[in-house]
Amino acid sequence: MSLRGPIWSGARPAPRRLRGLPWLLAGALGPWLLARGGAPAPSAPGPAAAAAQQGARAATADEAERRAEASLDLPLGGAITIEDHSQNAFGFPIPGLDDAARRAFQVGNSFFRGNWIAAPASAAGRDGLGPLFNARSCGACHGLDGRGLVPADGGTPDGQGLILRLGIPGPAGDLPEPRYGAQLQDQALPGIEPEARPRIRWIETRGRYGDGQEFVLRAPRFELEQPAYGRFDPGLRIGARLAPQLIGLGLLEAIPIGALEAAEDPHDRDGDGISGRVHWRLSADGAKHPGRFGWKATQATLEGQIAAAFVNDIGITSELAPAEALSAEQAAELRFASGGQPEVEAATFERVVLYSRLLAVPAQRGSAEALRPGALWFERFGCAACHTPVQHSGLSPHGPQLSQQAFRPYTDLLLHDLGAGLADAKQDGDAAPSEWRTPPLWGLGLVPVVNGRLALLHDGRARDFAEAILWHDGEARAAREAFRLAPAEARRALLDFLACL
Amino acid sequence: MRPLTLACSLPLLLGPVVFAARAAGPKEPLDDPRDPALEQRFLATYAELAEARYRAIHGAARELAACLEALVDQPSEQRLGAARSAWCRARELYGTSEALRFYGGPIDDPRDGVEALLNAWPVDESYIDGHPAAPGTGLVGDPRLLPHIDPRALELLNQRGGETHVATGWHAIEFLLWGVDSDPDGPGQRAHTDFVVGAAPSAERRGQLLRVLGALLVEHLAQLERAWSPAGGAYRERFVADVDGRSLRHALAGLVVLSGFELAGERLVVALETRDQEQEHSCFSDTTLADLIADQRGILEIWHGQLCPQLHGPMPVAGCGLGELVQALDPALAQALEQQLEATLAAVEAIPAPFDQAILGSDEDPGRRAVLAAVVAFEQQTRLLSALAGRCGYRIQLAPGG
Repeated sequence: MSLRGPIWSGARPAPRRLRGLPWLLAGALGPWLLARGGAPAPSAPGPAAAAAQQGARAATADEAERRAEASLDLPLGGAITIEDHSQNAFGFPIPGLDDAARRAFQVGNSFFRGNWIAAPASAAGRDGLGPLFNARSCGACHGLDGRGLVPADGGTPDGQGLILRLGIPGPAGDLPEPRYGAQLQDQALPGIEPEARPRIRWIETRGRYGDGQEFVLRAPRFELEQPAYGRFDPGLRIGARLAPQLIGLGLLEAIPIGALEAAEDPHDRDGDGISGRVHWRLSADGAKHPGRFGWKATQATLEGQIAAAFVNDIGITSELAPAEALSAEQAAELRFASGGQPEVEAATFERVVLYSRLLAVPAQRGSAEALRPGALWFERFGCAACHTPVQHSGLSPHGPQLSQQAFRPYTDLLLHDLGAGLADAKQDGDAAPSEWRTPPLWGLGLVPVVNGRLALLHDGRARDFAEAILWHDGEARAAREAFRLAPAEARRALLDFLACL
Repeated sequence: MRPLTLACSLPLLLGPVVFAARAAGPKEPLDDPRDPALEQRFLATYAELAEARYRAIHGAARELAACLEALVDQPSEQRLGAARSAWCRARELYGTSEALRFYGGPIDDPRDGVEALLNAWPVDESYIDGHPAAPGTGLVGDPRLLPHIDPRALELLNQRGGETHVATGWHAIEFLLWGVDSDPDGPGQRAHTDFVVGAAPSAERRGQLLRVLGALLVEHLAQLERAWSPAGGAYRERFVADVDGRSLRHALAGLVVLSGFELAGERLVVALETRDQEQEHSCFSDTTLADLIADQRGILEIWHGQLCPQLHGPMPVAGCGLGELVQALDPALAQALEQQLEATLAAVEAIPAPFDQAILGSDEDPGRRAVLAAVVAFEQQTRLLSALAGRCGYRIQLAPGG
């Protein structure tokens, strides 16, 4: 677990108990790390060149070749793969739905895209917005079921898919900010003040590839202007979270718990430097479930994820989240009309869940032959150690298309320590600031087609695949260094491969 | 009714990704059974119909705007009634133009399309006219939100916040004319006194807003008429000349997506499944059924190459309809489609008015059975239109859920 030493030094991975201190260790383990504003952008070759060599050791060339070849002919989404690469590519239902499911999907789609409006309203099924909110619809942030956008320097997120989670240190994970709650809502109903106006500043850092070519990385800083509900707590921690594309969720939901546990290696017993772990979550009845959804795997179920998004982002209460996301102070102070108890009716909520569950996965672009070189580098660099190419679903209650499928999400759904450069001080559940759930990679190449541009990583800082890779650190440092120090053609092959997913 | 932006409106600057997507995209048939001369006549007719429709709608919108001016100048029940009639007439004509959506044409061009300004739904009533719990709010009541009620400021507000507020267009005007529809048996019951200065709070600003919304509607429709006219319409020229080789595909995509995604799905299935009386798009005026019929008539106009006489009065035959094109391509498909298009119209007309009553009750009630029959008819129509697109070498899978 946690930060491991540079692999050329032969250092063993830091033990688990040090998890709370990775940002302190980081400076010692890699002097370049904080010297450049936290960006993992080393410029000196030398020992790092050896790292590249050893990074390749993670998977021998033969083994990599075999795995890559075996997987490339497998459709990305198994039986729920569709052949569409248009701007709507993320918005199609899985094939083979019967009339009833297809119509339920349409209803879910309508409520996903349509604006919620202030209560009371003639369209009573769609009222209850706010009082505080980030967006008026799911589709505002997940444009065309795709990814959120990030603002340019000096801009504000403004309902396009980047939200700011707020917290202060607590005994077990973060507590909500006392006056503002667990999320900054920068919009409000008429007559009510939005919480604050967040501004984003991009801080640039530079680094070099092994061949001397320069790259530029950027990281966001957030300023909260015009706070309307009093001073922020001095211990305030901000965590930006970008809306991801939604394809294939029904399959991710159906990966058996056993398969997730089998991939865990919290103490890195196999010594490969990778030590993913399940983010266990407790349900209301006290049962343990693996977190699968969200940047920190904080949500075990789609229902939980969607209820949280409804109430935190749009201000719509549901049976699962019956109280508006207001701090006690706000709840006492604000006057607004409710759109019902709860505001999204159970049947509507179910259909939005069904809609999200049944979104199909667009096929990869390009033949297996064309993708082979990049897929091989994906293995050799070590990306595949966490971005597990092939997963298998168990029996899904939601249809044969989702059951017992082999598919290629490129994720293990586990938490991994990615180092100080990506950490933002927020402690979400058991996930440390530097720990992130491996996000699936399917569909990433289509994001520019669907959403106009690419914004990667939890806060959208990476503008292309290379930047995203270069931010990887911690457990992924060896893989990143292998990429950084690789010849330009190898890097290009990898990036082309990602663009075809 | 957020416009669905289609593949054809992609920014063409995405480099290898788009390139790869195209390479793997729908393929043109090698052995092309199509008749270029006939297709050319069809495209010319399609453009002519588009222009004629927008000219008629633009004219009706100007009459509506005049009625709104008259109402605001001197509010009375008669003038309110006249404005409502003018809205219904213009709105019905507008329905016939919806078959021109869904392919990035002038109505929903990603750069300057006006669909979201004309037709967005649902209307955020309290955003427009204040919150009952917070008087002095909304565009009408709160001058801080909108210091000067002018067209440009309103357009900007309509776009704010990622997903749009709905502060302009048909349904915003509808809301100001009818008011909140809280009556299960009828439309909204706004009184003309809401526009009498001194008789209702913010009456002056409400009137100003109505005036400006009318003017904006006229302006947006004029833009569409211009785009499709031979005189000012660069778009029409490109479309008829088939510059990108996709004009026929565009025309078919509009029909497929309107039939499947929009009419079967958004308008009918959602209302049927939720049993929500106001899940209908013209919910303030209770004229949703007229909208549906007009939409299907617009599809039939393209099929016949002729404007609907019931809506436009006697009109000269404009030229080559889609039916003629399909007849030459595949007579059996042409016959099946023609029968289905008429059957769909009959199914929609068989829904007992008002629509928001028809969706209530049990599945065995005549109203819900009629709505379901219309859903099935639109779905079948979508399948046949998709088959036609396939026959022309296009794979139109542009209707999520359809």
